[in-house]
Amino acid sequence: MVTTRTTPEIGGMGHSPRRKEDPRFLQGKGNYIEDVKLPGMLWMDIVRSPYAHAKIVSIDASKALAIPGVLAVITGKDLEKYGLHWMPTLMSDTQMVLPTDTVKYQAQEVCAVIATERYIAADAIQAVEVEYEELPVVVDPFKSMQPGATLVRPDKGKDTNHIWHWEVGDAAATDAMLQASDVVVKEHIYLPRIHVASIETCGCVASFDKIEGKLTVWMTTQAPHAIRTVLALVAGHVGLSEEKIRVISPDIGGGFGGKVPVYPGYVIAIAASVLIGKPVKWIEDRMENLQADSFARDYHTTAELGVNRDGTLTGLRIKTLADHGYADAAANPSKFPAGLYHICTGSYDLKGAHVEVDGVYTNKPPGGVAYRCSFRVTEAVHAIERMVDIAAHEIGMDPAAIRMKNFIEADAFPYKSVLGWEYDSGNYHLALRKAMDIIGYEDLRREQLEKRARGELMGIGICSFTEIVGAGPSKDFDILGIKMFDSAEIRIHPTGKAIARFGTKSQGQGHETTYAQIVAEELGIPMAHVQVEEGDTDTAPYGLGTYASRSTPTSGAAAAMAARKIRDKARKIAAYLLEADEEDLEWEPGRFSVRGNPEAVKTIQEIAFAAYTNHPQGMEAGLEATHYYDPPNLTYPFGSYICVVDIDKGTGQVHVRRFVAVDDCGNIINPKIVDGQVHGGLTMGIAPALYEEISYDEAGNCLGGSFIDYLVPTAVETPHWETDKTITPSPHHPFGAKGVGESATVGAPPAIVNAVVDALWHVGVRHVDIPMTPARIWKVLRDHGVEG
Amino acid sequence: MTSREIHLTVNGEARTATVEPRLLLVHCIRENLGLTGTHVGCETSHCGACTIHVDDTPVKSCTMFAVQADGKSITTVEGLAGPGGLSPVQEGFWEEHGLQCGFCTPGMMMTATALMREVATPSEAEIREAISGNLCRCTGYVNIVKAIQYAHAKVHAPAPALAHQGGE
Ligand code: FES
Ligand code: FES
Repeated sequence: MVTTRTTPEIGGMGHSPRRKEDPRFLQGKGNYIEDVKLPGMLWMDIVRSPYAHAKIVSIDASKALAIPGVLAVITGKDLEKYGLHWMPTLMSDTQMVLPTDTVKYQAQEVCAVIATERYIAADAIQAVEVEYEELPVVVDPFKSMQPGATLVRPDKGKDTNHIWHWEVGDAAATDAMLQASDVVVKEHIYLPRIHVASIETCGCVASFDKIEGKLTVWMTTQAPHAIRTVLALVAGHVGLSEEKIRVISPDIGGGFGGKVPVYPGYVIAIAASVLIGKPVKWIEDRMENLQADSFARDYHTTAELGVNRDGTLTGLRIKTLADHGYADAAANPSKFPAGLYHICTGSYDLKGAHVEVDGVYTNKPPGGVAYRCSFRVTEAVHAIERMVDIAAHEIGMDPAAIRMKNFIEADAFPYKSVLGWEYDSGNYHLALRKAMDIIGYEDLRREQLEKRARGELMGIGICSFTEIVGAGPSKDFDILGIKMFDSAEIRIHPTGKAIARFGTKSQGQGHETTYAQIVAEELGIPMAHVQVEEGDTDTAPYGLGTYASRSTPTSGAAAAMAARKIRDKARKIAAYLLEADEEDLEWEPGRFSVRGNPEAVKTIQEIAFAAYTNHPQGMEAGLEATHYYDPPNLTYPFGSYICVVDIDKGTGQVHVRRFVAVDDCGNIINPKIVDGQVHGGLTMGIAPALYEEISYDEAGNCLGGSFIDYLVPTAVETPHWETDKTITPSPHHPFGAKGVGESATVGAPPAIVNAVVDALWHVGVRHVDIPMTPARIWKVLRDHGVEG
Repeated sequence: MTSREIHLTVNGEARTATVEPRLLLVHCIRENLGLTGTHVGCETSHCGACTIHVDDTPVKSCTMFAVQADGKSITTVEGLAGPGGLSPVQEGFWEEHGLQCGFCTPGMMMTATALMREVATPSEAEIREAISGNLCRCTGYVNIVKAIQYAHAKVHAPAPALAHQGGE
């Protein structure tokens, strides 16, 4: 049960007040990137490559420049003069801003047009004449690894498309463990490319003030402070200095990780504004968004899991080929090229594991970024949850029973996994049992048997995932060297109202509400009177931004810590005002009272006023604090999901009849918002499981590059999610929270695949890759002799 | 391209705009009329973020040219709130947490508002069908359905039974 310590009026933790940010969104008064309009603003549009690999023979811009209103056509050669034609990726690789000689993937930026109006810019990109000479294309990462394959990145000075090899775990011990197991199950699992497809695409308005030498960039970014530093590092040599760069992340129409990277379009718009001295706006359209922005997944995995006849899981071996496209532009912490993939032992007490990942270049846009889970946790959970299910079926054990048997015990936390993670807390048996009770698991199994006897295909799938979020402790976690702490700054005004600023940036998660609730919880100031601001690097404290479910574990924690510093000072002021000893004061939300004398009270509002009007001699005036929170550990949210599917033998359609999600994200700030996060995450879980894929033909043509081909689920395809929770607080987080934004995206896909395979195991199906479209399932059915 | 003048009623107000014949209605609304509550998510009639009402019928305003709206009456999200504050649909979205990033929300609410006029008490399936032209990437639709149910319940609730009349 969610408990509360404050009144609804204060609205601290556990309350579900209406969101503070909503009135502007509800009335059409949000301020998204497209709404930013400056006097004299110019428009940018981008010419993109129709080929996946080609030499640029020539670019003739004369016809474009002849169109009235067209001011400039910017090419890679233009940027080369300033050394801006290449830029670093977040993974210390390099990627092109604009090419000087070759393009490496379809839809890559070739040159940019600057015009006075949007439609003129759109006309002009059609008028730019580019001559290409096609080059051999490699799209398959396995072919890309073969000797003699076309080199995607000859600039690297290596004779291979191999980027890096990474491994963790004890190979020999794992081999021995697998050999000693009664059964070893092995499967190839492919997680295709998918795209976050936030309903708002990416864009920016860059405005360079020539007199002040100051650059202001409004941009769709989840990490404005990091972007500012990257811009200073990339463009320092042309005179952009960090104090003269202001990045503003306005209201963001969904991020999901797709708005973490620095895309070439941003940099070109900035360069154009600096060169021309006027504001330049760039808004990508949906097809550019789906074809050129960073992608997620593209992991080709072979997994082996050992299991004994009694159901004991032994060792896990994983080999993965990671297709990064033409640049390693993932957004992982520097130390971990495959992210947190080594969480792949999941919720189970495995004694041995070994993981190898190889990154490889192909002629595709940069991959390996995010889809509501940036650090490869989805890939890890998919692998282990599929393999556990396969092992259960192979030895004839119920998939729930094998999980119950192998879960890490509730009293084993903190638990050190064989691959080195220290899980903070968990109670996996409880969550699975709860999900089973809600859905009526045993009854469903009986129904399944009856249906099977009648020849109907019904499946029940379980996923008991462990997430790993809240990056992260500075000893292990940095991006481009910047440690992954995050921040909060709280100022209490004389009348007892507050403003709080953070290094993160909401993209719909509701920070203006939940951060206010944290401050309300800690200080007893009504959340209605706590103004939350994020996203402006000139005013907010430095932080690494919002992704990887890190806001609550980092900035949320920082809010509590800063509030506690304020409370410490407030106690001193209260003692002075009440002429009492600090030790004799008791705190309850919003007030100090003297122990044994409940009449002697000072409210936080009275104390705030005194901090500016009547503070003790020798004490600094004011009431404010800043905290940079460096988490001592990651947090490990978890959950158990159960999904029931019916499969139409005639069409191959998978119908998700029910889906129960029991999540545990530790202590909860706002139950309604947590539910909303889970609903959204589940929907971004069913999406890749059943509908979404960005694939490429042999020539490197993108086959999912519009909403005609890329099937974002509507309300009709989306089941009515049933959600519930258990609460196992994090022992190291200041208020026991863990983060929840991505859990459901991680947990849902394997539950759905497990359900489908559960429906089909008896006809000989062991695995199906996602997306499990009707066409794919229809073929699986026919291949296994099931007729319609 | 030669521009021409069009006359519209926008949220009850007479407005004039000078537009190129090829200008999309959504761009006219956002740029020429300065109403940025109507959003663009695709320009290809798939996402529904640009949904408005043209003569009380929901329309994806990226699929219409501004000149086609000449002489018509259009309503955008900015016209939803009544004098008494939020409309029942807006209130429902707020109460039921029917929005997260808010980007799909104006279009979603315009579709929901049209449904209010068509069906008094729609089933969950009917609501889902009605909003299936509007994509939301954040909410998973559960709370959007609840928000719309809230609005219907509020408007179409049976009138409260009259209190005791007379002097019994
Ligand atoms: S912008 Fe009109 S439907 Fe997407
Ligand atoms: S609330 Fe973000 S797209 Fe619907």
